[in-house]
Amino acid sequence: MYPEGITHHPSPITRSRIGVFVCHCGHNIAGTVDVERVAEELSRYPGVVYSTHYEYMCSDPGQELVKRAIKEHRLTGVVVAACSPSMHEATFRTAAEEAGLNPFLVEIANVREHCSWVHPRSPETTAKAIRIARAVVEKVKGNHPLEPVRVGHAEKCLVIGGGIAGIQAALDVAEAGYEVLLVERSPTIGGHMAQLSETFPTLDCSQCILTPKMVEVARHERIRLLTYSEVEEVSGFVGNYHVRIRKKPTYVDPDKCNLCGECEKVCPVRVPNEFDRGLSQRAAIYIPFPQAVPSSYTLDEEACLGLEPLRCSECARVCEVGAIDYDMQEEIIEEDVGAIILATGYELYPVENMAEYGAGRVPDVIDSLTFERLLSASGPTGGEVRRPSDGKVPKEVVFIQCSGSRDPELHKPYCSKICCMYTAKHALLYRHLVPDGKAYVFYIDIRAGGKDYEEFVARAMEEERVLYLRGKVAKVFREGDKVMVWGVDTLTGKRVEIAADLVVLAQAIVPSPGVRTLAQVLHTSCLDEHGFLKEAHPKLRPLETLTGGVFIAGAAQGPKDIPEAVAQASGAAAKAVALLSSPAIVHSPEVAQVDEELCSGCGVCAPQCPYSAITVEEVAEVNEVLCEGCGTCVAACPSGAMSLRNLADEQVEAMVQAVLEEVAGG
Amino acid sequence: MADFEPKVVAFLCRWCAYAGADLAGTSRLQYPPNVVPIRVPCSGRVEPSWVVDALQKGADGVLIGGCHPGDCHYVSGNYKARRRVYLLKKILPELGIAPERVRLEWVSATEGKRFAQVVADFVEELRALGPMKVMSEG
Repeated sequence: MYPEGITHHPSPITRSRIGVFVCHCGHNIAGTVDVERVAEELSRYPGVVYSTHYEYMCSDPGQELVKRAIKEHRLTGVVVAACSPSMHEATFRTAAEEAGLNPFLVEIANVREHCSWVHPRSPETTAKAIRIARAVVEKVKGNHPLEPVRVGHAEKCLVIGGGIAGIQAALDVAEAGYEVLLVERSPTIGGHMAQLSETFPTLDCSQCILTPKMVEVARHERIRLLTYSEVEEVSGFVGNYHVRIRKKPTYVDPDKCNLCGECEKVCPVRVPNEFDRGLSQRAAIYIPFPQAVPSSYTLDEEACLGLEPLRCSECARVCEVGAIDYDMQEEIIEEDVGAIILATGYELYPVENMAEYGAGRVPDVIDSLTFERLLSASGPTGGEVRRPSDGKVPKEVVFIQCSGSRDPELHKPYCSKICCMYTAKHALLYRHLVPDGKAYVFYIDIRAGGKDYEEFVARAMEEERVLYLRGKVAKVFREGDKVMVWGVDTLTGKRVEIAADLVVLAQAIVPSPGVRTLAQVLHTSCLDEHGFLKEAHPKLRPLETLTGGVFIAGAAQGPKDIPEAVAQASGAAAKAVALLSSPAIVHSPEVAQVDEELCSGCGVCAPQCPYSAITVEEVAEVNEVLCEGCGTCVAACPSGAMSLRNLADEQVEAMVQAVLEEVAGG
Repeated sequence: MADFEPKVVAFLCRWCAYAGADLAGTSRLQYPPNVVPIRVPCSGRVEPSWVVDALQKGADGVLIGGCHPGDCHYVSGNYKARRRVYLLKKILPELGIAPERVRLEWVSATEGKRFAQVVADFVEELRALGPMKVMSEG
């Protein structure tokens, strides 16, 4: 049976009845710590009424021992002197709960990782174990029984951003049975993927694989799509966010518009077409691309001559179905959502920032997305590679990788990750379209980590005879109708000068500019130094932000390719569904609390809180659902009004005292 | 003072320094047993008054362990700790306490070796400094 425990009367002062359970952990603890002596010393410690030791406390009989002692000795607290709390805190808390003791009255004294494993067998080691255990006894004496905070939640998910990541996340959440609100700033979903020609390494047609998903979003009964809309305000907390969305008027009723395109033909306005990266012109009334979702024209208010019959009204005149409504008003949509998925995507670092490459003033120096439009069969040139300046087919094309990336002195220090792959694709597709053309790629090194990626780059190099030059390009400038590229081939150590017809810059990936405003709207410090969304933990919580219930998908978190963005979106959707499907939101009750008698309302605490959990009016108030329990506000409170549940100042002072008290013979 | 063994209280944040100490244990790295850890959620929870209290109660040194700058589990608690310890060290001489008795160290959960080294160095330094005597070190 179990070894005989040593029992004592409870401390008359504290009336605590603490049980101490010292684990041998086989030889792991008992090999260097005199466990019997620890149990015996602790049995004499004030407040301890029962103390014992056992070979494996985490085993079933060990847990039984704890449970039985809780009942027999009416314990008000339990200290298990064993391994790190990261191992078995939950085990013993569950066991205690089964025996009727509140789990928050159970604490672990870490005498293995912090003692028996790091010191030799000696009286000092045993004395340290005793000090550790005594300190934890003091903590338990001050602990209060707590109940996890449970709150209800809304059963709807907000997805911000309608690129491939947002689309995937919205579809997954909707398929799981929850309502989704998908908000997109531009007139259509699809994002940058809709602009791409083919995708690496399979050369799938980008639109062909994307548009079915877009249609699915449009048709899904549980997805409410809000395009031309922006999230304006977010309040509340995990599971209970209240969001306010502003939907701009498109002046075209999508239910009536039949895409006949007559309006576009009669519109006298022409402005650069964003979808074609300025390579073509569009009217003030336009559809970004034929498969846009929602399938409707949009009247660009900024470009239009004036939204009244007297100014122009040509479009309204020719619209046979009467879809155009100049009186359409903006809409404000307010909803309660339980989870938010941020999928705001990326932009390219502007070519204008590249002084060394012509600062955007050389027409035949273009960025990679512009080149995608030149390659695309649905692009402005119908899939023929023709350079912007004079429409000629370029015979020598230079591709420059890491343009603005991996350049801490002048531009962005990080690797944009996808450029090696899409540049190989660009060069390969160019060689398919212009078989007598020459393609050069300047690179620092090739990063082709991914399934079939390395093989794809090899194919561009070997089969398509794309000339890869290792080195950076120092200067790009216009000379006659050529674009001069001055660089160096670091493998031969020679200068390289190429008189090119077209230069394509693999510009760095930067976060979408709207994400900064969005971070402010969300009241969260969730951006990293480059403006990308920051994950809660880079290894173990890559889909979450530090704000509960707010998840991340896609390139908003950092440069990533389509499969990665899709995988992350499905992951974020699973996280959101887990939250939405939980019966209630459970939150640790070990959070800050305010003593209203002591609080002077000075407000020192509120700015300390990284979670905006404190509001100060007459006195400070802590939202216990938002509070993560770091205790930074507690340490800052000048009047001692703020405290952390189960780690009050008095507890720590008693713990320090217990640590420092002499150990007889130690 | 050959047999002087300094007593050290260590406030370790649970996410980084405490976990780093766990790793030192798992890796069986040996270091002096003079330091007794107290787990806190964040180095930002550590109140300067605790440190003074520990020193007055007979600790020869106090170690505060937090996450590296930028890695705080609670976003910015370690920065708060850094400011507070900086100010505390300015005040300690006024209380007759040598500021070297207080150390703030960043130890990540993967730095078991660093934790063992920090402890060994600190204990050595305190041994040289001698036992804590309030009002005589300023």
